Amino acid sequence: MVVAVATTIAAEAKAPSGRPSGRLSLSRLRWWRGVVLVLTGIFFLLPLYAALRFALENNLGHLTSAAFSAIPHMTGFLSALYLSLRLAAVTMVITLVLMVPTTIYVHLKYPRLLVAFDAITLLPIGIPPIVLIIGVLQSAPFVLKSSPYLLSLEYVILAMPFAYRSLDAGLRAIDLKTLVEASRSLGGRWISTMWRVIVPNLRTALASATILSLALVLGEFTMASLDLYTTLPVWVVNTDAVTAHVSVAVSFLSLVLTWFLLLALSAIDRRQFRKVRVVDEET
Amino acid sequence: MGAMAQIGDGTAVQGDGADTASRDHRGLEGAAVQLVDLHRRFGQTKALDGMSLTIRPGEFVSLLGPSGCGKTTALRVLAGFDAPDSGRVLVDGRDIGGVAAQKRDMGMVFQSYSLFPNMNALDNVAFGLRMRGVNGGERRRRAGSLLEMVGLSSHARKYPHQLSGGQQQRVALARALAIEPRVLLLDEPLSALDAKVRVQLREQIRALQTRLQITTVFVTHDQEEALSMADRVCVMRNGRIEQVDVPSVLYANPATAFVAQFVGTMNRVPGRASVSGVVVLGREVAVRGGASPVPGADVAVLVRPEELTFTKDSEGRGIVMAKTFLGAVTRVAVLLDGGLTVHVDRSSTEAASVDPGAAVSVEVLAPEVMLAEPEAAPEPAGVAGGASPPA
Repeated sequence: MVVAVATTIAAEAKAPSGRPSGRLSLSRLRWWRGVVLVLTGIFFLLPLYAALRFALENNLGHLTSAAFSAIPHMTGFLSALYLSLRLAAVTMVITLVLMVPTTIYVHLKYPRLLVAFDAITLLPIGIPPIVLIIGVLQSAPFVLKSSPYLLSLEYVILAMPFAYRSLDAGLRAIDLKTLVEASRSLGGRWISTMWRVIVPNLRTALASATILSLALVLGEFTMASLDLYTTLPVWVVNTDAVTAHVSVAVSFLSLVLTWFLLLALSAIDRRQFRKVRVVDEET
Repeated sequence: MGAMAQIGDGTAVQGDGADTASRDHRGLEGAAVQLVDLHRRFGQTKALDGMSLTIRPGEFVSLLGPSGCGKTTALRVLAGFDAPDSGRVLVDGRDIGGVAAQKRDMGMVFQSYSLFPNMNALDNVAFGLRMRGVNGGERRRRAGSLLEMVGLSSHARKYPHQLSGGQQQRVALARALAIEPRVLLLDEPLSALDAKVRVQLREQIRALQTRLQITTVFVTHDQEEALSMADRVCVMRNGRIEQVDVPSVLYANPATAFVAQFVGTMNRVPGRASVSGVVVLGREVAVRGGASPVPGADVAVLVRPEELTFTKDSEGRGIVMAKTFLGAVTRVAVLLDGGLTVHVDRSSTEAASVDPGAAVSVEVLAPEVMLAEPEAAPEPAGVAGGASPPA
């Protein structure tokens, strides 16, 4: 539906001069924009509103913040949150350590393989979690098989499509080859070039990859559940059977936290863009 | 040394900053560079096909040629960013084939803006010194003096996106010079700039090179740039060198028809071979280089605009189509009766005697001419091309 609306908007924007145009077309365009915005807003916000409403109501239908204030005192909450945060941290580190040099290397040395690389990174989305788990269990070192950090290896695979796309977009936005060659001609070794030249110019992409990985770990249920670890999402599902209000309150907060991080990232990005544009206009 | 130049924003350069930088660069000496029988192939394309070139210490050599002629490949091989399939690169007689790019001590300025976006101008210039372990204070002092030398000391704290294209390339030049390279490599550094800044910056580059005496290799497809800046110009085609010579010789005595057509403006005029030369525009002239086509054969010859003249003649075979005032000289475009337009350079006083539409007869002044190659002429860059058929 959104595509159809967008097509209509584009068609109207290109309306031939013989038709009523100018202010009328513009107002029609704005009207359609408003419709799209409202529909999208309802689609996203209605479930959130319902969740918040449910979390704020007690069994008698009265508004109360009891579910939110009870969260820290719930059995197993802090340990589940702590485990999820640890897993998120390990996942983010492994993802960045693996993906950043690999993506840079492919961009620099084998740009023709980018299409194949792009397809490979999509595989985790298509492969069922149980297959991934068995694969990781088969190939993981023995010491990890009884450790919750095994989940991090699985999460790294799951995060790969998102991390790769963020990094790929960041690398396409800079003249990587020229920057690397400039650094090398000035005596920069590979490590220095990576650390001082490339990584600082990928800050937004790195932050994006990191936040997406974090969001994924904070929301992943299937693998943790199959591996019998109580991460935050598993705890939320388990708690749902005991006290649904608290469970929904935690889910809501988790979602808001992720949204907040993404919004912060977007705001930083926009601020940087505005700064560049203002300076460009001045010069 | 004290020569002043006005750059882009009107900043005077090479003042005290230049002196400081010059003191910093005392003892800096260009290296002798030799490219020996370089071959480099990309798939079926021969980017370098036996290229050999010797560059003297402190010399400014320009690699000139059309796109795909191998000039940038040669520069990249010299810089260490690409390896030849065969052949050697010698610097001061030492083969540097196995030396990594970061250890070659060659400063490079790139075609695209290559400043590190996360660093300000000062940090960009200081980057190479940092990589060499120069301490912070000394690093900043030397980077500052180099920025002063290129007239940008007041922009030291600005980031690349806050600088214009010309300013960015000047910072890139300062950055390349900061490591005190023995060879400076310039890969079309002016091509992204507007015409006015390009002319100003090329004068500044030449002035700095002359003063610092760094061996410099400058890649360009713009003949005007090459001829105005270089001590010697190396014209390349299909991975091979056509001619290496000083600009005046290159222009006056091109070794091949390709060089003749590529350098400067050239008319390609039909003629007919005779026993002792060729008959062109009704006059018999000798053929340069001893070529002897079969008498009676149709040929095309190359004649510079200044080697042609015209006279007002109501019975003439040409019609003046347009005049371009170039100062002391005016370039007159004459349409010949065969549908060919030739350009004739005459003194502006002389050219004032004819107006567009006037009938003229055109004649060759040169005692000898060069035969053109049978294939289509390459597209000369920078200066307006040679004779062209009417649309």
